[in-house]
Amino acid sequence: MSFLELIPQLFQGAVLIGLLAAAIRMATPLVIAGLGQIFAQLSGVLDLSVEGMMLMGAFFGFAGAYYTGNLWLGVLTGMLSGVAVSLVMSFLCITLRANQTIVSIMLVIMLAGLVTFLNKLIFGVGYIPPKTEGFQAVYVPGLSDLPIVGPVLFQQNILVYLGFLLVPIVGIIIYRTTFGMNIRAVGEHPRAADSVGVNVFRTRYLAIIIGGLFAGLAGAFLTLAWTGLFTDIITSGRGWLAIALVFFGKWNPYRLAAGALLFGFVNAVQLRMQAMSGQMVAFQLMLMLPYLLCILVLIVVSRKAGGPANLTVPYKRE
Amino acid sequence: MKGEVVSPVGNTGPEALPIFGGVKLPWHRTRTTVLSLGLPLLALLIAFGIGAIMLILSGANPIAGYQALWQGAFGSVYNISETLVKATPILLVALGVAFAFRCSVWNIGAEGQLHIGAVTATVAGIALKNVTPEMPAILAIPIVIVAGFIGGGLYASFAGFLKVKWEVNEVITTIMMNFVAVLFVQYLAFGPLRDPAAQGQPMSPYIIESAELPRLIPSTRFHLGIVLAFLAAFVVYIVLWKTTLGFQVRAVGANPRAAKHAGIDVGRSIFIAMLVSGGLAGLAGAFEIMGLHYRLLDSFSPGYGQTGTIVALLGNLHPLAIVPAAVLFGGMLNGADTMARTVQVSTSIITVIEGLMVLFVLGSQFLVSKWEG
Repeated sequence: MSFLELIPQLFQGAVLIGLLAAAIRMATPLVIAGLGQIFAQLSGVLDLSVEGMMLMGAFFGFAGAYYTGNLWLGVLTGMLSGVAVSLVMSFLCITLRANQTIVSIMLVIMLAGLVTFLNKLIFGVGYIPPKTEGFQAVYVPGLSDLPIVGPVLFQQNILVYLGFLLVPIVGIIIYRTTFGMNIRAVGEHPRAADSVGVNVFRTRYLAIIIGGLFAGLAGAFLTLAWTGLFTDIITSGRGWLAIALVFFGKWNPYRLAAGALLFGFVNAVQLRMQAMSGQMVAFQLMLMLPYLLCILVLIVVSRKAGGPANLTVPYKRE
Repeated sequence: MKGEVVSPVGNTGPEALPIFGGVKLPWHRTRTTVLSLGLPLLALLIAFGIGAIMLILSGANPIAGYQALWQGAFGSVYNISETLVKATPILLVALGVAFAFRCSVWNIGAEGQLHIGAVTATVAGIALKNVTPEMPAILAIPIVIVAGFIGGGLYASFAGFLKVKWEVNEVITTIMMNFVAVLFVQYLAFGPLRDPAAQGQPMSPYIIESAELPRLIPSTRFHLGIVLAFLAAFVVYIVLWKTTLGFQVRAVGANPRAAKHAGIDVGRSIFIAMLVSGGLAGLAGAFEIMGLHYRLLDSFSPGYGQTGTIVALLGNLHPLAIVPAAVLFGGMLNGADTMARTVQVSTSIITVIEGLMVLFVLGSQFLVSKWEG
């Protein structure tokens, strides 16, 4: 049996339903982290530290839930750890006007070390890593029994529902509220915004902090609603994918969600193929797929991307 | 157009750093020289201070820990030679990163380029062994070195091409390509390049023997590549500050719009910066194969790519300042194991200290520029 013959198998009923459900679950952390970055980037700050904030959120989310025994307190600690990082980021890049690219990449490198350190410090290096129960699937009454749609959409865990509920909420905040308008104004033309009384620094701080909250939540999702345990490589590039998806979505929450679903699907297919193909295709080649797709997506959308006029430009009040 | 400041381009001398866009930098004036030297040193001290707190948290004696770190890094001739062995890839990567950053091209893909350089060097080395097994070292070594440079350079210049042609953000593409390259090396080591004689280990066959870099100090691993890496620092310095190409690269980095008005081909400069940057990282990978392992193996790099990126920033993107920074970090990497063994702590403490150093240096540069007015 050749490799290509496996592909039709993916589209058989039960397999496909499983794939779609997994795609939605895998898309959720990308959606959540990406939504937060829409705020940050629209305000004019390209915060590339998402990978680090997600790692923090994953770790502190797990540790919080593990020690309090309450999953929601875990989610909260995860989100707060993301905020802590975003405060450092915003102080260095907004107040001190340091280069955003360099600061955020240093943060990613340093946080990887910090989290590895804390993990060993707190949980040791046992052979069996500690586990939490994690969020269980919530069957939406009535809807979860529907054929196909039910198992795909309405048998997910609560954070998946929450993540996708955030999409229209963020859409409304960005396009319909004064706060959203201010964020877009300081990213597009900070001086003009300043002259009509918008506090550029405060608005940017808030936008980055929201980015940290969301990235922390996305990280907590990985440990508390997916794997149930923490490993150093749990994010494996998802923070970077989220940033790429913001570009892909042209800073629009709905397009971002669509892009995230595409990536979730590719990842689900990739994992499924690994399981089905056995030794036929090296798993390393399968694992490359999401990263290659990311580059491809950036190429396709790049030129027309546009984006906030003052993205990455620090503001200095003369 | 060689050499120093040309007005339409603004200040592009060694002082002008792309890290702080419009902010003036320390060594513009002599009266702040003390500060500009003192603050980075203070930043190092604070970083090590926080490291000490982490050591205490881990239940270790920080003095014993740092003693072990120093001992492991510089405690004997052998330890010093091992420090230099580890400083070599860090130095080459950092030189490459500095070259790209000077052009304001944010190449974060050194790790991937290093892996691809190791692949092309290995493949060239194996091919030579199969085709002309008698080739003398004087030919084999340069051929394999060039293969490594070209491999890393082409891999990086793909991201450079995408940036120039379609304005694709190079930070994300180079990071994605890191993941791809590391997986690719794994794939090769476990699959097509696997040596059947390696008893199931994920390793390629050996490269041609004459391409192995000679060891210069007996009973150490001090190989020719170390000397070549230090020479490379001078070459990069000369290219960046004494040639037209280097001038153009720095001019584009300082202000692409002004550079364009001055008649510089911005796209070409970015592409070349990426090519050279990746080439140097590829060289680092090639030297790891030619000087240490003589074959491709899975996970041969303990994150040299990111360490080199930190070193480039700590060395202020200046090739000659990068040299001591690379030796320092080679020593920390080398001594970290000794420290971890002696006082039973995690080596990741070192990563945190390294990252903190750069963040503090970045912060202190702002303070200096403020006091300067």
